[in-house]
Amino acid sequence: MSENIELNQNGPSRLRSLELVPHAGGLAAKDFKSDQEVRWCPGCGDYAILAAFQAFLPELAVPRENVVVVSGIGCSSRLPYYVSSYGMHSIHGRAPAIASGLASSRQDLSVWVITGDGDALSIGGNHLIHALRRNVNIKIMLFNNRIYGLTKGQYSPTSEQGKVTKSTPYGSLDYPFNPVSLALGAEASFVARSVDSDRKHLQSVLRAAADHRGSAFIEIFQNCPIFNDDAFAPVKEPNAPGLIRLVHGEQVRFGPSGSMGLRQADYGSIEAVEASSVPESELIVHDATRTDPSYAFALSRLDGYEFKHTPIGVFRSVERQSYDDAMAAQIDTVRASGEGDLARLLAGNDTWEVV
Amino acid sequence: MTKQVQELDHVIIRFAGDSGDGMQLTGDRFTQETAVFGNDLSTLPNFPAEIRAPAGTLPGVSSFQLHFADHDILTPGDAPDVLVAMNPAALKANLKDLPRGAELIVNTDELTKRNLTKVGYGKNPLDDGSLDGYKLHPVPLTSLTVKALEGQDISRKDAERAKNMFALGLLSWLYGRPAEGTLSFLEAKFGKKPEIYKANVTAFQAGWNYGETTEDFAVRYEVKPATIAPGRYRNITGNLALAYGLIAAGQLAKLPLFLGSYPITPASDILHELSKHKKFGVRTFQAEDEISAASAALGAAFGGSLAVTTTSGPGMLLKAETVNLAVSVELPLVVVDVQRAGPSTGMPTKTEQTDLLMALYGRNGESPVPVIAAQSPSDCFFAAIEAARIAVTYRTPVILLSDGYLGNGSEPWRIPDVDTLPDLSAEFAFATSADKPADGDFKPFSRDSRTLARPWAIPGTPGLEHRIGGIEKADGTGDISYDPDNHDLMVRTRAAKIEGIASSIPPLAVDDPSGEAKLLVLGWGSTYGSIGAAVRRARRAGHDVAQAHLRHMNPFPANLGEVLRRYDKVLVPEINLGQLALLLRGKYLADVISYNRVRGLPFRAAELAEAIEEVLSHE
Ligand code: SF4
Repeated sequence: MSENIELNQNGPSRLRSLELVPHAGGLAAKDFKSDQEVRWCPGCGDYAILAAFQAFLPELAVPRENVVVVSGIGCSSRLPYYVSSYGMHSIHGRAPAIASGLASSRQDLSVWVITGDGDALSIGGNHLIHALRRNVNIKIMLFNNRIYGLTKGQYSPTSEQGKVTKSTPYGSLDYPFNPVSLALGAEASFVARSVDSDRKHLQSVLRAAADHRGSAFIEIFQNCPIFNDDAFAPVKEPNAPGLIRLVHGEQVRFGPSGSMGLRQADYGSIEAVEASSVPESELIVHDATRTDPSYAFALSRLDGYEFKHTPIGVFRSVERQSYDDAMAAQIDTVRASGEGDLARLLAGNDTWEVV
Repeated sequence: MTKQVQELDHVIIRFAGDSGDGMQLTGDRFTQETAVFGNDLSTLPNFPAEIRAPAGTLPGVSSFQLHFADHDILTPGDAPDVLVAMNPAALKANLKDLPRGAELIVNTDELTKRNLTKVGYGKNPLDDGSLDGYKLHPVPLTSLTVKALEGQDISRKDAERAKNMFALGLLSWLYGRPAEGTLSFLEAKFGKKPEIYKANVTAFQAGWNYGETTEDFAVRYEVKPATIAPGRYRNITGNLALAYGLIAAGQLAKLPLFLGSYPITPASDILHELSKHKKFGVRTFQAEDEISAASAALGAAFGGSLAVTTTSGPGMLLKAETVNLAVSVELPLVVVDVQRAGPSTGMPTKTEQTDLLMALYGRNGESPVPVIAAQSPSDCFFAAIEAARIAVTYRTPVILLSDGYLGNGSEPWRIPDVDTLPDLSAEFAFATSADKPADGDFKPFSRDSRTLARPWAIPGTPGLEHRIGGIEKADGTGDISYDPDNHDLMVRTRAAKIEGIASSIPPLAVDDPSGEAKLLVLGWGSTYGSIGAAVRRARRAGHDVAQAHLRHMNPFPANLGEVLRRYDKVLVPEINLGQLALLLRGKYLADVISYNRVRGLPFRAAELAEAIEEVLSHE
């Protein structure tokens, strides 16, 4: 059972991002495995994400040829080679832009973007925020390992301040991004977070994303054992005390035997409390569909990277017309009064005859 | 009084004023009247990059030059025969281009002490004898307009603003232009604001009547219609023609047109135009930056659209990585560069031919890209269709070079019969499931034996699922490959594919009427008109001169080397410091002679004619 099934108001029928994609059943995970040898380092979190993704894809119930995976550059961006659908391993940072062009011109495709913290938040930051605000029907999976892996270990825009890396022998000076906060600030209509090692949770988030018409942003904590091992160790244990599983419509409870809860605090912020110490009515019931992003933002600010209180799951999922739908609707409206006529266009209105 | 009518074979008029004075509109209207009258014509708008530079200053001057004639002409003309100066700044900025003896119409109302000082006139130039050599017509344009509008229900400011229509009326009278088009244009433009409409019409008529009654204008001019090929004509700018060419290409290829673009001078009008044409199913994507604009287009190309991205030089720099990916993944992409003066921001509204080498070589790795150059405003239409043809046939990015002069300049265009346009859909086909061999995997990097193009297998096609990317691919399978020999093979194959395009383009035509010429003048792009006019002058002076003009900058037409060898001397005029010349020297060991001026303006026919004389004198 999906942890986020409540968001799937269509029930077991089509996932909403796929309404214009042809239907096909009977596919299995193996149908999405390409013959390419997977070449990440042993123990890399990318393996688990790939396996979870491949096992999830049959759930889309669309033909394999209608799935497109677009990536940028980085370790994670190798992923399209391993999925036997259509794919493009593109340019550093540009995957959201390429996918936007593809998805807005081909609504019969299910388009997935694979990116990393360097790819999406550094060199491609501009494309990420604009894809999110535009709300093109693409699903963005950001593998956050908080380091540059492919270039062998420089700090990334999500690395903690003071991090000692090859390029920062005295510690990094940069203050990191919180990817969920950033996406919310960029007007994203769907924002979620999951963890590489929790396949069930990750797939539930992918499912919710596929059921969202518009851009979906999913941050995935991903371990890089080579250059940044155990960066997410505190939240890797299924019952990690600081891990908060957000479930839409349910009261947020976490910690030892669910003893902790959340409540509203000063200036719109949210704080963790001993559930027994406050009236039941003050404990937050998670609602990902709130139009105002302040609540989701406050959730994202519960924690930096100290992992004392780290929510995972769907922070936000709100309805907003997708860019590709709006583009198609505009064309349809204009075309309702007739198709273009090339000869008439070329002639224009201001002509003269030479005899 | 009856006025004397003097017949002229051509006239060059320049309207100049403050950017807020409506000079571009005035010029456009006069152009339309002239086109409808049947003269051949060519225009050169010239405006500041600033939207509203401070009023009355030199940087704020905007001008519009129009050359019209009773015969076929090639350029907007070197020096005006008539200058209309709406204020002292316009006078000061343009007077140096005006030959002695030319007509000079000056708006005397603006010659206030303050305005004069602003542009550094110590004294009123009307009084100090500095304009003595001109046929000076001092006209109080502003006050005459305001007076004509007395009693109408508009503010003084609006009344003053109608002075450009007064000037247009006066000039329309002076050259016997038909007024109907302008009157109906004003109705369409201001119909919703009846007071403004009425004021503009009144001002236009007042200007016309002023010409008729005042003694200052004793002569009226007549420029007979030109004898040009029969057919239906319209006036068209390069940017409009280019946009139409792209729409036509989509229709001819039976592909949906997708434009990714980011606003930039002087290319934005192509984006504006294409965004209007949803009836043709055109998708326009105004991206967050130049990179995204190109990337989105490439994504659409992957999906089977005729994908286009439009920009100017500074944007080309940013698009280079996408063009390079398109080279590597071999997908069609039309990249339009409306060149402007550089480097860096340069002079955004001024023209140049300085992006040629960037178009050919401005990418990492061996990255061959076909390059096409348009030669006149209306030719942008056909150049766009040709760029699309090469892109879809050979599955390659194609760079189409226009420039600021072509983009904003206009000329009459004989509207082509749609049935005569090439059927691009016959040049390519998407790969289908049948392209998957029964006994193996689909090979996305197998090649057509004639074109060397790889299959265009779009998502949604069963059995052809494949992955592409910027990493080197194994020949045939397209799998990632670091094999040294495979890389060498792929580098050479991509180069051979582009070289092979030469077999699909016509040989370079040389215009050498006597067959005796020893000198060839070879150009490319927007210099076509000025080179043609200069060559005509040289021929009229009794010289044998051959002319040829390149459309395909990469690959060159197959006979180019032979053409170069045929002539003792080859003169290559370019609005850069010799970029084509460098290519010709490198590729053909041809010792060509460069002629270069990089002023942000088209060549003057006179200076080119002089350059031709100069080369001939060393024979
Ligand atoms: S460097 Fe790190 S992220 Fe990259 S493949 Fe190796 S383990 Fe994975």
